[in-house]
Amino acid sequence: MARTVRAVMEAEPTAPAPEKLTVTLVINGRETRLSVAPWTTLLDTLRDRLALTGTKKGCDHGQCGACTVLVDGRRINSCLTLAVMKDGAQVTTIEGLAKDGALHPLQQAFIDHDAFQCGYCTPGQICSAAGLIAEGKAKTVDEIRELMSGNICRCGAYVNIVAAIQQAMGKA
Amino acid sequence: MSLQLDRRSEELRLRVVRRPLRHDSAAKHVAGSATFVDDIREPEGLLHIAAGGVPAASGQLLGVDLAAVRAAPGVVAVLTAADIPGKNDVGPVVHDDPVFVESRIEFYGQVVFAVVATTREQARRAAKLAKVAAAVGTHCVSVDDALAAGSHILPDCTFRKDDSAAALAASAHRVKGQLRIGGQEHFYLEGQVSLAIPGEDGDMLIHTSTQHPSEMQHLIAGMLKVPVSAVTVEVRRMGGAFGGKETQAAQWAALAALAAQITGRPCKIRLDRDDDMCLTGKRHDFLSDYEVGFDAEGRIQALETVMASRCGYSADLSGAINDRAMFHADNAYFLPAATITTKRMKTNTVSNTAFRGFGGPQGMMVAERAIDEIAWALKLDPLDVRKRNLYGEGRDITPYGMLVEDNILPALLDRCEVTSDYRARRRKIAAFNAQNGALKRGMALNPVKFGISFTTTHLNQAGALVHVYQDGSIHLNHGGTEMGQGIYIKVAQVVAEEFGVDADRVKILATSTAKVPNTSATAASSGSDINGWAAKNAAGAIKERLINFAAGAYDVVPSQIEFRDNRVFIGNQSVPFAELIRKAYLARVSLSSTGFYKTPKIHWDPATGKGRPFFYFAYGAACSEVLVDVTTGEMKVQRVDILHDVGRSLNPAVDIGQIEGGFVQGMGWLTTEELVFHADGRLLTHAPSTYKIPCASDVPEHFNIALWDGANREDTIYRSKAVGEPPLMLAISVFAAIADAIHSLNPDKAVPLDAPATPESILRAVQAVTS
Repeated sequence: MARTVRAVMEAEPTAPAPEKLTVTLVINGRETRLSVAPWTTLLDTLRDRLALTGTKKGCDHGQCGACTVLVDGRRINSCLTLAVMKDGAQVTTIEGLAKDGALHPLQQAFIDHDAFQCGYCTPGQICSAAGLIAEGKAKTVDEIRELMSGNICRCGAYVNIVAAIQQAMGKA
Repeated sequence: MSLQLDRRSEELRLRVVRRPLRHDSAAKHVAGSATFVDDIREPEGLLHIAAGGVPAASGQLLGVDLAAVRAAPGVVAVLTAADIPGKNDVGPVVHDDPVFVESRIEFYGQVVFAVVATTREQARRAAKLAKVAAAVGTHCVSVDDALAAGSHILPDCTFRKDDSAAALAASAHRVKGQLRIGGQEHFYLEGQVSLAIPGEDGDMLIHTSTQHPSEMQHLIAGMLKVPVSAVTVEVRRMGGAFGGKETQAAQWAALAALAAQITGRPCKIRLDRDDDMCLTGKRHDFLSDYEVGFDAEGRIQALETVMASRCGYSADLSGAINDRAMFHADNAYFLPAATITTKRMKTNTVSNTAFRGFGGPQGMMVAERAIDEIAWALKLDPLDVRKRNLYGEGRDITPYGMLVEDNILPALLDRCEVTSDYRARRRKIAAFNAQNGALKRGMALNPVKFGISFTTTHLNQAGALVHVYQDGSIHLNHGGTEMGQGIYIKVAQVVAEEFGVDADRVKILATSTAKVPNTSATAASSGSDINGWAAKNAAGAIKERLINFAAGAYDVVPSQIEFRDNRVFIGNQSVPFAELIRKAYLARVSLSSTGFYKTPKIHWDPATGKGRPFFYFAYGAACSEVLVDVTTGEMKVQRVDILHDVGRSLNPAVDIGQIEGGFVQGMGWLTTEELVFHADGRLLTHAPSTYKIPCASDVPEHFNIALWDGANREDTIYRSKAVGEPPLMLAISVFAAIADAIHSLNPDKAVPLDAPATPESILRAVQAVTS
């Protein structure tokens, strides 16, 4: 009872040669002018154009949090953000958290608490936690847990991640 | 007595092992500077690969029109099976995993061709222009489909102990049931990725994220038709693996290598997350029938079980995985008579594969359900039934004929019962449940006994390579791969201990087939066990040469030489380690050695189903308490108390992390992680939007973990025990606690709860006991 089908993957509409747009981002304190295709995500801009590979691509759909960076101090999923949407913005990535050779309190706290295993989610966890602290909403452990729920750690190092954030909040 | 004193004084001398040293990449992970494969600075001229698949789960490939693909912007090459110089196969055991479909289609999305283009985007856009024609056949998606169709990938297998049919017939009580156990997506946060760089004379270097560099090397050499020595596979670290990068890395590494060979340029493939979930194998889901016979006290007289698993389209590791399900269908309990069968079903879905526990968890679920059935039938406390059935004196032979010599569970379970305050809380829960309608509490305390060793005996071998340089710095390679589990730091601690130096003197290098050949996968929890010993043997060989040299040079007897605190104590004097190394070099002492280890005592006869497949067992127990809303199916894990046996830990910080993480991952498997396939064979849950992985707020609020403080009775590396997989199965206590909560609705009925215990599954079980 074999039936014959012609399955044709739907072709993308043939777009004209991509017009690039110029965008200026202040990345980790340094002003950077870039010419990018309008659909280029902030994540791909950071990783592929600027070699800032600390920010990771996990799911590319804004569901795992591995790509979290700070834009004007707020945490966002850089995979769901186009670079051109953030013209003129201040972008802080994991590479920009340490100041004058001293680790950010969250970085130190993550080391102190072994708050990672494979380390792939770690840059996103730390940037997300920095945003969380800046928001000032999380007062209790439960609130930290809830407000960090957008960052998946598949190794399950959550106990130590939450402990590290608590430590950093105490110092902040 | 003197042996004990020796051990105690040896224990006191230890300076580096036993310490909770930080993960060796800690500073890099928090700075974002730890390099994963996709972070390697791209070489000049790099090309990118996208795979193209067939939109049908079965049938015949009639034709593929790739003209538009070839003509698309940026496309450098389009590869199909015809381009493979050697074997079109990446199957690990049975060679039935084609890199590209040639004619027979086996699952939805199976790879037919690959596009190699200047950018990743160009490759992906071009891949969509292919016209794939197929004659669609009939297919099996679920285990039920395959059972109905009689579709097997491997023959059934049975362990038999005594006459279980007669023992069942003679039992005072018998209960029958069926348990459905779902699969699990690995969701390693770093997806599958490979970068191949061609060298001279047809050589190929592949950076890939795999737990099994040697197998990748062998399969790629066979596919490229070059000697194995021409292929080097290197792995610095993985962003998680959990079994999903043992065999499942092969197809992508092969595509990268083939593209690099054909184009002569470096080539990279990184799977998009949805593709990764749709195209790579997962934990096997099982449909298990069981019948247990028992006496009035709840002691098992016989167990019969038939466990059918969804293996997917090819054999992959399904044979060994089903074997391990059988090895753990007893869990911690003595079965006087047993018939344990697995059916390895072929389906038109991705080829299911290794996942932390490797079939063990699914087998153990049957044993734990059987115990709950007994408790429900006799109206006994499930913990009492568990204790009565533990292995013990004269009740110590497993269904596969292995003597359980190291059973610490009776004492371990007793202690966990006390530390979790089991009895008092049980009374409180009963009182709570009597007063509440919609909300019900449940609790369960379950043991775990997990066999350590590859059940394929020849895999239990490992190699290491140690160099000492003239400044006293040490270079370490071994066959183990780092996926976050901390094997690198553990093995470095072993080498540092041997030389009496700080761990940071030991430079840990990427795992490479060029440094240590013919390795086994970093799997079966055995990584630190076997690579730790291999590295100790390598370091020990160098140390022995140094002792002989120093004894001569300083005119002392070897017993007067000791390595500690970064110095070497020789008779009444001491010199810095580096100074002795420099002197030894000048005296022409070899400062490099390989090391090898093979696990002793193990043997297995597959024909009779008897032997000693495991060197030892790792044990643990967990007590979990849950709150269930029986009107909505919502569930919350409220408290967990774990007592786990890691022998004498090499690194307690690493081990506790493995216990926590394994438990959370097991909890996800049994509660929220649900794989759903469409009837046409498509995976519908192919992103974390539809596939629910535990997050920070899912971790129990009260999560207490303690280590059992006994040494391994076997001569493992510093008497430690493997820890990677066993804790995952502690999460069975969550599943059992949910069943316990539902059971409070009607103590006269068994609870037919299936895994994962999603709200839907919980409501189905609630309806079954209340109707």
